[in-house]
Amino acid sequence: MSISLDAEACVGCGGCMAVCPGMLLEADAKGKAFIRHPEDCWGCAACVKACPVEAAALYLAAEAGGRGGKLSARKEGALLHWKVTRPDGASETIIVNSQNANSY
Amino acid sequence: MRLETVTTDILIIGGGAAGCYAAVHAARRSRARVLVVDKAAIERSGCLAPGVNAINAYIGEGRTPEDYVKYARHDAAGIAREDLLLSMAERLNAVTCDLEALGLVIQKDGAGRYAQRGWRNVKINGENIKPLLAKAVRSFPSIRVLERVNVVSYLTENGKIFGAIGFSLTEELIYVFHASAVLCATGGAAGLYLPNGGGSARHALWYSPFNTGAGYAMGILAGAEMTTLEMRFVALRCKGTIAPTGTLALGAGAKQVNALGEVYENRYGLTTPERALGTRMEQAEGRGPCALRVESIDSAAFDALRKAYLNMCPLQALSWSEKKFAAPSSLEHINFETLCSALNGESEFHPRLTGGRRGFALSAAGQFQSDIALEVEIECTEPYLVGGHTASGYWVDIKRRTTIGGLFAAGDAAGGCPQKYASGAMAEGAIAVEAALEDIQTAAAAHCPERLVCKSRDEMLRFLQPGKALFTVDELETAMQHTMDAYAGGMGAGYAFNMAGLGKAEVRISEIASMSEELRAGDMRELKRICELRERLVVCRALIAHLRAREETRWPGYGRNDDYPEKSAAWLRYVNSVLREGRVEIIFRDMAGEKERL
Ligand SMILES: Cc1cc2nc3c(=O)[nH]c(=O)nc-3n(C[C@H](O)[C@H](O)[C@H](O)COP(=O)(O)OP(=O)(O)OC[C@H]3O[C@@H](n4cnc5c(N)ncnc54)[C@H](O)[C@@H]3O)c2cc1C
Repeated sequence: MSISLDAEACVGCGGCMAVCPGMLLEADAKGKAFIRHPEDCWGCAACVKACPVEAAALYLAAEAGGRGGKLSARKEGALLHWKVTRPDGASETIIVNSQNANSY
Repeated sequence: MRLETVTTDILIIGGGAAGCYAAVHAARRSRARVLVVDKAAIERSGCLAPGVNAINAYIGEGRTPEDYVKYARHDAAGIAREDLLLSMAERLNAVTCDLEALGLVIQKDGAGRYAQRGWRNVKINGENIKPLLAKAVRSFPSIRVLERVNVVSYLTENGKIFGAIGFSLTEELIYVFHASAVLCATGGAAGLYLPNGGGSARHALWYSPFNTGAGYAMGILAGAEMTTLEMRFVALRCKGTIAPTGTLALGAGAKQVNALGEVYENRYGLTTPERALGTRMEQAEGRGPCALRVESIDSAAFDALRKAYLNMCPLQALSWSEKKFAAPSSLEHINFETLCSALNGESEFHPRLTGGRRGFALSAAGQFQSDIALEVEIECTEPYLVGGHTASGYWVDIKRRTTIGGLFAAGDAAGGCPQKYASGAMAEGAIAVEAALEDIQTAAAAHCPERLVCKSRDEMLRFLQPGKALFTVDELETAMQHTMDAYAGGMGAGYAFNMAGLGKAEVRISEIASMSEELRAGDMRELKRICELRERLVVCRALIAHLRAREETRWPGYGRNDDYPEKSAAWLRYVNSVLREGRVEIIFRDMAGEKERL
């Protein structure tokens, strides 16, 4: 269970570091976020939702059945645009409206 | 190292569901100074960090709090305090309304009533429940929030609490808290047992890996009476992602099926532990792997299901997408190949035959026309201690006072009151601060003896002294988890244990505890890791004593005592414990005794 951080995309805003419940995210010498112990991540996605530039993405560990896909998110008002990017580059977006309750 | 002293009226340790709600409740009804201290940032801390699926504890139309008490007692095979359950259940609906007022989106039916899922659940959008609670906390000037501060020990003497001590995780700073009343709301304990996934998935847990049992450990070490630690919680989850199964079972009507395609859940029963046990029995008898199967789901329903998971456990939605089955709502990514592999049963989506035709057809709008069946593999997790699901934690009175004067407990840290979930944890937080506010009006603030502070501070600082340990924190943590797994009823042992094994576990845990004395930290984060390991070891030790004490098997879903594999009416009583002169002393309390206490 972990997240990947795209150093090129990261703008060093610190949003992810501020929310991580495990305090796992740190700034490198250039002020970009990195995760020292990816194995300590719970997979809660707090950082993914806090990242303004979709640089943080969740992936499923190989041990847990992962196939290399990544999940990032972008907030637009009440809408959360979740984006799944598969290893072959194909992607899909699922939009969740925070004003709607779960149907399940 | 610098030391900062903070004085407050009510100190709340842990700003999770119970702690945040308690703070808001206190601020609304008094001018008392409230201090919330959390090791994380309260916008995303504790169990609520990823978001939740539903309000799991609510009294639906035509039901009463007494019904809830009955249900929770039944699920716990009788080991639950009716007084605690009732006082919690009576507040569930008020808490739920309040959450709505704070901004939580709750689904309504045509008549404006909350939309129910069964009689105890309310449908919500729970993704932002924690940010909403945090916002409410921050709106009160009488509440001060200190984050990234790890609390490690109470300041107590002669059965009375003066405050607590902790350290900053961002700078070299020790905090000493003096308070008239202290509320422990640190949640339960994960990471005691070897987890489902190892290596890079070692924190793929059901319960938050950052709730490390600090509150239990601080209480045990301070001599507080603890209850029902032997009632560990084992969750039934989606394999790999550890995503919740209740959403599929209760929400989408999924049935538990074995490898032969037989629905097996009816053979074992539908309570939480029975569902878990049934799955393990099927696997043990060679009929695994098991799955939750939704017989028929259409594209819109599947889309809604995926969104529900994104709101609480995004990994499950990712896992579905990864399996190359693009979402029905984004058909541009479904090519014919994907469809065919789905039709051939290669994916989790099994085509159903409708009217003699394959069950897939696309409408002009590009939607699936007919239903598909959905299967998700399920498995049980390692055991946890969680007072909000099972009944482990502090022994409290109806006001949530622990046996230490001035110390209260609420939420997963408090025992005797299972099935409280998020709304029940908040209800308990409210009950506790009401009592705390009353108590501090009458009691004069006591002065904390300086030597208590020095002792706790020195115990912390010695891990920062130069030195060399035999093993690393990680190595000792793994050693602890292996010990618990093999000898104290972990997954590897089929959740079974016996007296001989528990004896071994006791010896090994105390060896690991003494080796942990030599650990050394280079910075505050490393110090936190050492403290977390040591608090888990304290909890393990008490847990082992509890497992040994209950000479029966009360909750087969959560574990089996191989020396006493049956349930016995004689054991319809509480197993409690107190640490006295370094020994875990067991106290048995009768069910009837609870009435006298009130
Ligand atoms: C995966 C999951 C899904 C759930 N889904 C639902 C659901 O859909 N509906 C529902 O009603 N309930 C749900 N629950 C249950 C609900 O989340 C819990 O009952 C509730 O959060 C318990 O509240 P708490 O305050 O006791 O613990 P938490 O909310 O976990 O809070 C504990 C707090 O203490 C802090 N802390 C811990 N140790 C220390 C320390 N040493 N120093 C300082 N701070 C510390 C933590 O950072 C955290 O903020 C779920 C639980 C889990 C684990």
